[in-house]
Amino acid sequence: MSKSHFTRTEKRMIALSGALALAVGIAPIGQAMHIMEGYLPAAYCIGWGILCVPFLIAGLLSIQKTLRERRNLITLLAMSGAFIFVISSLKIPSVSGSCSHMTGTGLGAILFGPTAVSILGLIVLLFQALLLAHGGLTTLGANTFSMAIAGPFVSFGVYSLCKKCNVSKKVSVFLAAALGDLFTYCITAGQLALAHHADTTILGAFGKFLLVFAPTQLPLAIIEGLVTVLIVMGLESYAAPELRAIGYLREAE
Amino acid sequence: MKKSVIAIILAICLIALVPLFVLKDAEFGGSDDAGSQVVEQVNSSYEPWATPILEAAIGRELPGEVESLFFCIQTGIGVGVIAFVMGRLVERKKWMKQQK
Repeated sequence: MSKSHFTRTEKRMIALSGALALAVGIAPIGQAMHIMEGYLPAAYCIGWGILCVPFLIAGLLSIQKTLRERRNLITLLAMSGAFIFVISSLKIPSVSGSCSHMTGTGLGAILFGPTAVSILGLIVLLFQALLLAHGGLTTLGANTFSMAIAGPFVSFGVYSLCKKCNVSKKVSVFLAAALGDLFTYCITAGQLALAHHADTTILGAFGKFLLVFAPTQLPLAIIEGLVTVLIVMGLESYAAPELRAIGYLREAE
Repeated sequence: MKKSVIAIILAICLIALVPLFVLKDAEFGGSDDAGSQVVEQVNSSYEPWATPILEAAIGRELPGEVESLFFCIQTGIGVGVIAFVMGRLVERKKWMKQQK
């Protein structure tokens, strides 16, 4: 019996370290959070766009379902969206000597699940593409995939994993938000490398993109983790009924 | 609780501000631009084939000041919503306590 207990713990350790390795090893990528307008060939733009569609539909349905069951959760949902708005508008100087910004999608992914966040993220990306010359309409699909789908899925996965392993809530939230942020940039580097490797190999290009982004994004991911912990602490003190309704807090007071 | 909140806020400020004081020569340009520079390195023949819709409409690059205006609007919308909801929640908690 003790043996089986042992393997279970071991399995957890392996899963956790595997996830960490995946996120930290591959992901320390940085910051081209948005691929600029016109910087992906048309075929890639369309491809990434189509890839996003099922997630967006699932997101719409999931939001609809949540709101139909509990109308008052719209306050929390609005807050998750607003959090992305704020966090992704703050450009922060980093150790590499350039500025980048965070994604802010971790909070929504933890509270409402990854698909719901894809809709919230899309709204922010549209705002930035239309008004800010930041990202773009042609690259909207690729950017949505990295920031509003891949990142939140990692956040959600990391959070679920931590929960299973009985990691404390604050640490789980921190890890989920920070790793989700890093992974977003990882995906962006991959997307750029896939489309742009004419003068080198895909891996070479991927490494180059990673190198540009990783050092910048690492401290920002830590900040994102901390900020997300702060807002979750605030919500835990004041929005306990809502958090219980979505299953974030257990029933007991 | 209060102490950890203050500690976290301090840590955030430190991480964000230290590079500014340590790296005196750095430009702190945007990272998205850095991305496009790498594109030039690894795929030198590539020409961006679209320009941001707003820049196309006004026919030139978005002036820096105007860009920061839009960024502030984005922050403002977000902070406004968060503050409004948080305000309501804080009041509700007080009110719920009185009911009990």
